[in-house]
Amino acid sequence: MASLSMKSVRKSYGAVEVIKGVDLDIADGEFVVVVGPSGCGKSPLLRMVAGLEEITAGTMEIGGRVVNDLEPKDRGIAMVFQSYALYPHKTVYDNMAFGLHIAKAPKAEVDAKVKKAAEILKLEPYLDRLPKQLSGGQRQRVAIGRAIVRNPEVFLFDEPLSNLDAALRVNTRAEIAKLHRDLGATMIYVTHDQVEAMTLADKIVVLEGGYAQQIGTPMELYHTPANLFVAGFIGSPKMNYIEVTVAEVSADGVKVAAPDIGEALLPIDPDKAAVGDRATLGIRPEDMRHGKTDGITVSGRVELVERLGHETLVEITTTNGLDLKGIIDGTTLISLGDTTDLSFAAASCHLFDSAGKALTRREVPEVVRARRGT
Amino acid sequence: MPSRTPETRATSLFMRYAILVLVALIFVFPLVFMLVSSLKPSMQLLSDTSSIRAFLPVGDISLDNYTASFARAPVALFIFNSIFVTSVTVVLNLVICSMAGFSFAFLDWKGKDVMLSIVIATLIVPLETIAIPLLLVVNNLPWIGADGIEWGWLNSYRVQIVPFLSDALTVFLFVQYFRDLPRDLIEAARIDGASWFQIYAKVIMPISGPVIATAAILRFLAMYNQYLWPLMVTQSEQYRPVMVGLQYFFQLNTDWGQVMAYLSMITVPVLAFYLALQRAFITSIASTGIKG
Repeated sequence: MASLSMKSVRKSYGAVEVIKGVDLDIADGEFVVVVGPSGCGKSPLLRMVAGLEEITAGTMEIGGRVVNDLEPKDRGIAMVFQSYALYPHKTVYDNMAFGLHIAKAPKAEVDAKVKKAAEILKLEPYLDRLPKQLSGGQRQRVAIGRAIVRNPEVFLFDEPLSNLDAALRVNTRAEIAKLHRDLGATMIYVTHDQVEAMTLADKIVVLEGGYAQQIGTPMELYHTPANLFVAGFIGSPKMNYIEVTVAEVSADGVKVAAPDIGEALLPIDPDKAAVGDRATLGIRPEDMRHGKTDGITVSGRVELVERLGHETLVEITTTNGLDLKGIIDGTTLISLGDTTDLSFAAASCHLFDSAGKALTRREVPEVVRARRGT
Repeated sequence: MPSRTPETRATSLFMRYAILVLVALIFVFPLVFMLVSSLKPSMQLLSDTSSIRAFLPVGDISLDNYTASFARAPVALFIFNSIFVTSVTVVLNLVICSMAGFSFAFLDWKGKDVMLSIVIATLIVPLETIAIPLLLVVNNLPWIGADGIEWGWLNSYRVQIVPFLSDALTVFLFVQYFRDLPRDLIEAARIDGASWFQIYAKVIMPISGPVIATAAILRFLAMYNQYLWPLMVTQSEQYRPVMVGLQYFFQLNTDWGQVMAYLSMITVPVLAFYLALQRAFITSIASTGIKG
């Protein structure tokens, strides 16, 4: 197992720069998920770690060793592809043993490693089968098995669950998490699915526009997003935004004003705010309550009601044309066209400056310091 | 749209089969005519051509034409020469062209695209236009044999093999097929530590059966049917292939029964080879849309 470090890593395809300087340190045994929208450069980043893409500029180290010019096989990595990339003419056994055969490992060692991986992944009954005789989930396990037998320092996963159906995805996700616990290996996992990111990661890297927008634990990203992009990307449904003006800055916090909410004092660090600044107030739909129960209230016409059973998603539009989503109790009686109130606590609010950068929240839940599994 | 009744479905099926049978007969009749005629004396063969009897093994049927063919020309030698030259050429051609295709499809090297364009451009140059210059070249090439260095390749197997060890069409077929293979396979093999040659030999070629079969059949036919080039470069009977051997039956008097017997014999290897690779060939044509 090994740590991994990237320093100002860049990637260009001709004149187009897709990775514009990423710095990232991954500790030994850490599970890092790189997440971002399509085209954000997450796959090229992973492929640069694998050695399948040249690094245009910057330094990449695995286990303290600069690997920029090393071949994929010499980097101590193994990769699980989105398409599984199993050799169609080889059996499950031979697929897993291929790398060891190439390395001219003794037959007994190959056999032992393949059988151990098959045992971990419950693939023993399928060792003589060809990939086409397996289900999607089984193929995925073979792809993971092929990575395990290489005994790599770093595991790389490139959207490994995106070809599986929803139920299988949940199972395989749990299996990958268990695998990480059992092997204690360093893992880098690329996905566009934030649920996978939130559930698997020790550390998430949110990539957008070729930059790491924020690097942190899942709870840090959720409760203290660094900017509007991360705030909108992490969390579903997306965070609500309300355009506000800073009305007063004091030791108690920042007072903001907007037509739909009136004036509200937010527990936000006042250092970087000045009276008259334009800003964006962010509030997550799950922090909304029905009625005037919390401090700040917004009234509007109900435009959407989606009942999910234990909770209901509602969307209201205010008289000023502001759309807000809220997740409210599933037993609340509410109908399309009603005029209703949604309210939220000032402590739940996020505030972003005119450049979209987050101002520091003073009241952050204790859970932000939680690590995976705690 | 209204659903079709069982009657219209049956009619449509009947029409489809009728057309297929007709097309099949058009292709099969010449072969049947050849085979049946090879069993008949020349006089009967010619008189039968005006009736359906031309396709039926009736009248004076015997294997005399086959016996006479062997007496008239060294048929076995010609067939051996053709099969030897064709087999060696096809095998080496597949190895060389698939390697070239692999390089064009997967490796990065300067000038690759220009080089591929040049290779493909040679498709429009027929052998006839370069036959004379090629003859001059092979006539002046050295060869290290048992007796040391000799000059000139005429009257040999190598002169019929070496110039055809690679060709643009086969390279093109491999490039197209390889480009459609998932790149992830190559990358998985690279991560597994395979060298480029190991990826070629252990990952790519084992899953390239359809294109190998297609290229093999097309090459086999082209080589087996060679006439002009072997005629130019083999003055000695010892190295002549079947198509040049056909000349032996058109000297002095032409016995059509013997011609048909000879043609029947030289068709057998082609049919056997095609039937052996038929399934993979059809798979490839169906999946790649390459039409022969």
